[in-house]
Amino acid sequence: MSPNTAPLPLSPSPDRPAGRNPGMALDLDWVEAVRVNRSAVERRCATLPTRRSVKKDWQAAWLLRAITCMDLTTLSGDDTPGRVRRLCAKARQPVRPEILEPLGFADRRLTVGAVCVYHEMVETACAALKGSGIPVAAVSTGFPAGLSPFDLKLREIEASVAAGAEEIDIVITRGHVLTGDWQALYAEVKAFRAAAGPAHVKAILGTGDLSTLRNVAKASLVAMMAGADFIKTSTGKEPVNATLPVALVMARAIRDYGERTGWKVGFKPAGGISTAKEALSYLFLMREELGPDWLRPELFRFGASSLLTDIERQLEHRVTGRYSAGYRHPMS
Amino acid sequence: MSVAEIFDNLEYGPAPEDAATAEAWLESHAAGFDLFIDGGWSASETGVRFETRCPADGCVLGEFSQAGEADIDRAVKAARRAQTGWRKLGGHGRARHLYALARLIQKHSRLFAVLESLDNGKTIRESRDIDIPLVARHFYHHAGWAQLMERELGEEEPLGVCGQIIPWNFPLLMLAWKVAPALAAGNTVVLKPAEFTSLTALLFAEICREAGLPAGVVNIVTGDGETGEAIVRHPDIDKLAFTGSTEVGRRIREITAGSGKSLTLELGGKSPFIVFDDADLDSAVEGVVDAIWFNQGQVCCAGSRLLAQEGIAEQFHTKLKRRMENLRIGHPLDKAVDIGALVDPVQRARIVSLVEAGVAEGATLWQADTPCPTDGCFYPPTLLTGVEPASVVAQEEIFGPVLVAMDFRTPEEAVALANNTRYGLAASVWTESINLALDVAPKLQAGVVWVNSTNLFDAACGFGGYRESGFGREGGLEGLRAYLKLRAEAGMKPYPPNKPARVEASGKRSKSAPEIDRTAKLYIGGKQARPDSGYSLPVSDPSGAVVAEVGAGNRKDIRNAVEAARKAAGWASVSGHARAQILYYIAENLSAREAEFARRIEVQTGAKPKHALEEVRTSIDRLFSYAAWADKFDGAVHSPPLRGVAMAMHEPLGILGIACPHEAPLLAFVSLMAPAVAMGCRVVMIPSERHPLCATDFYQVLDTSDLPGGVVNIVTGKRDELTEVLAGHDEVAGLWYVGGAEGSAMVERTSATNLKRTWVNNGLAREWFDPKQAEGPNFLRRATQVKNIWIPYGE
Repeated sequence: MSPNTAPLPLSPSPDRPAGRNPGMALDLDWVEAVRVNRSAVERRCATLPTRRSVKKDWQAAWLLRAITCMDLTTLSGDDTPGRVRRLCAKARQPVRPEILEPLGFADRRLTVGAVCVYHEMVETACAALKGSGIPVAAVSTGFPAGLSPFDLKLREIEASVAAGAEEIDIVITRGHVLTGDWQALYAEVKAFRAAAGPAHVKAILGTGDLSTLRNVAKASLVAMMAGADFIKTSTGKEPVNATLPVALVMARAIRDYGERTGWKVGFKPAGGISTAKEALSYLFLMREELGPDWLRPELFRFGASSLLTDIERQLEHRVTGRYSAGYRHPMS
Repeated sequence: MSVAEIFDNLEYGPAPEDAATAEAWLESHAAGFDLFIDGGWSASETGVRFETRCPADGCVLGEFSQAGEADIDRAVKAARRAQTGWRKLGGHGRARHLYALARLIQKHSRLFAVLESLDNGKTIRESRDIDIPLVARHFYHHAGWAQLMERELGEEEPLGVCGQIIPWNFPLLMLAWKVAPALAAGNTVVLKPAEFTSLTALLFAEICREAGLPAGVVNIVTGDGETGEAIVRHPDIDKLAFTGSTEVGRRIREITAGSGKSLTLELGGKSPFIVFDDADLDSAVEGVVDAIWFNQGQVCCAGSRLLAQEGIAEQFHTKLKRRMENLRIGHPLDKAVDIGALVDPVQRARIVSLVEAGVAEGATLWQADTPCPTDGCFYPPTLLTGVEPASVVAQEEIFGPVLVAMDFRTPEEAVALANNTRYGLAASVWTESINLALDVAPKLQAGVVWVNSTNLFDAACGFGGYRESGFGREGGLEGLRAYLKLRAEAGMKPYPPNKPARVEASGKRSKSAPEIDRTAKLYIGGKQARPDSGYSLPVSDPSGAVVAEVGAGNRKDIRNAVEAARKAAGWASVSGHARAQILYYIAENLSAREAEFARRIEVQTGAKPKHALEEVRTSIDRLFSYAAWADKFDGAVHSPPLRGVAMAMHEPLGILGIACPHEAPLLAFVSLMAPAVAMGCRVVMIPSERHPLCATDFYQVLDTSDLPGGVVNIVTGKRDELTEVLAGHDEVAGLWYVGGAEGSAMVERTSATNLKRTWVNNGLAREWFDPKQAEGPNFLRRATQVKNIWIPYGE
């Protein structure tokens, strides 16, 4: 795969979806030139949420946008078709109409960005979401550890795509990063992308396992060179999942990749983001570091299971002026 | 705008901080603020009031009183009355008060923050998250010093009454930096806040009352430069501390010359921000934001000169411009704003004219196309590229959100460009190589060096400048010491009236003159040198009979000596161990010629043989002391609240001029030379005019002791005339003077040109045989300055 010949302009009009990143040849010099200063990254992250604030209507609008960027997720051993159907119902109608109405959103069809499930639940989810336009994302390739046999991983991707998944959240082999085997990582992600065919590939780096921010930056670059449509922080199953510093490093890698190749790659922080306030911090980070294009579901997703409830409570507070309780909002 | 519209464009909206409490406080003071003197509020005797305005919208916030000379006198008297009791309260008693102040500042933290933003124009994020927390931290930290005072600083005592004049850029924080150490040490203060920004100081005064601080310990007097000058000139103030412009600092040095007042000055800067090609460039860009767009660039230590390595310079500028596009400018009380208002239209006008000058000189101006309010006192973040070191904007402190950019090729060139300035306050170094960072940091002429960071502050870490950025430190033990003096020096008595040496008009030679004429020469660059003038001066014994002649040095000899010292710069990086070896060797060689040196002292001074021998032996003892110290006067490693360390390094001042007294001609000479040499300074010694032969004999000792040429230079002649030349020499970093009060005044006044670190005795005689007065760390501290190198780390 060669570097792009006709890059998209960096700021296409908002209504045009970003083109798919075709990837490029592995450029090890670029990977090795990566520099990340952890303390400086942490200082930036400490002030990102304090440099920006959205209040009242602005807060409501930003939170509504966060909902549209949400991969509503269930990834539990006890998932059943019934549980997944409930999740899909919530995905179609994430906020009660009597809250949306006073916000002037009654006539807007507000949905989450996608529903994210294990392969076994893909068919159920597709059926439940039929006609909604909401894509189903399947976690794959031996999620969460990613240590299944390689050919099984490819077949898992193919099966999920065949079952209707439009997005595949693959996990990388963290060992390739820890041993610096960038060639192996590149080949792996590239093969996953090929197996996914038309389905978009979100490459989960498992940043909590990667030990250093420099590893995170290098793995991000390699995944993008291999053609990932999105890079994603975590499975949600690592001891540490999405953090602002990790997100900042990945966002800067996306910017760097975009500046050099012209291709826009999406970002998905996942795991541990459960409050509206945290969600806003990520949105600020995206807007400040990458620009408004990365505040749309085409280029940005939250992987979250409990975030939605907190956002609903904040929205109700905006409408009623009273603090809300979780039980007032339909569960997913 | 509807929620749906905002949803579509996702703009930021207004996020105002609630100012109601601050407005109510201002309303309650609508009648105007009085002066806070002796624990209460009183009207100024001038009766003059002046308005303070919010720079963001120009609205009047209140009226301050203009304190006149009589008011300052009342305040100083109140402080003087209070000082004894405050000192006697003891460390623990003072610690309780400082602790109470810290607590109250925290309790009222938001009111302080909002007032500060209204008055100064800085963003609420900065006043809320940076200024006020640092203020509380400073009082807590110094409550701790007060508690430990007797144990840790038992040899020292407070100076007395301190006059403190602070600037408008960090109003309450600068107050804290001044007041907390002064009070901890047992001093009382008369503080003048800046006339643009006195509100938080007046709220602080209210808090002092609330905390039950004894009356007179803190006095707050408002007013303009005239009020400041009244403080500077007040005869009963023991110490002055000033933060502000170099121009005013120099003027204060001149006014106070010879007054005996202690003085610390925190002045301007043009600090370099160095980005090497192996830096984390995105993080370095964020560093620039913190360096020059913090507080609208109105920061004395602002990283205002960007030095980027050529290979990455263009890429770095591109990244920087992209980042600048995202900086939001607006009302300081908006919580989503990066850049607030400049303090006053006068500052804005100055910035505009300097930027115009820069562009006229060929710089390329770049400003982001972001909205900038046009009705208040705002100026957009600005990048000037294509700037040469010779440009006005590369040399002058702009004190605004204007960054000038230059490139460099090698680390050596980066250091050379960084140091190509009269200032020396701070520097930032960005590289992922620890070798490079720790190699470059010590080479930068700056009191603070931030590695991969910028504008970090902490109460435990000293802050202050090299060169014309002022002298003295604030924060840390070194900052506290600026408010203390040695008990041992308290008993120093004035010199008896100076009697000129008698020289027989007949030129009669002393019987003790050597049979073969020995011509004492100057000693410059490790070589004996004839004086430029071609003249000699007679040296007489107490009867007036001529013992010998010495060279009559002149300005050119001083010039040559300083030049030789400049070339001996390598001495600063010789190891402490090696310096010790040379000092021991000097002692050894002096010891071998003990009798001869004792005899010289006898002949010149008429001292009894036993006493003369004692002087030589004490000199040898003293050389041993400083040889011992040479590898032991270590700095400190601070643990500020971050993952990292701040290394407080003791660095030699550089070239030091030393004018020696006539008493104890050998011992005083050695006592002054040895600590400077031990710390890595190069010295130009001006020996006693009356008894210079001990010094001229001494160069033969130096010659045989492996001391590199140029480290010690000796110029004999008319002492005070030569000293004045040294005081006016810009290459000389410090000047020690022991002699009469008039000479002390001359040294302080003349040294104002490049703001030398001076140490004068104000006509008080030191007991050279008493090691408590004439030896020890006090001398070493005078020969060094502290550089704090901040090193955050983490992979």
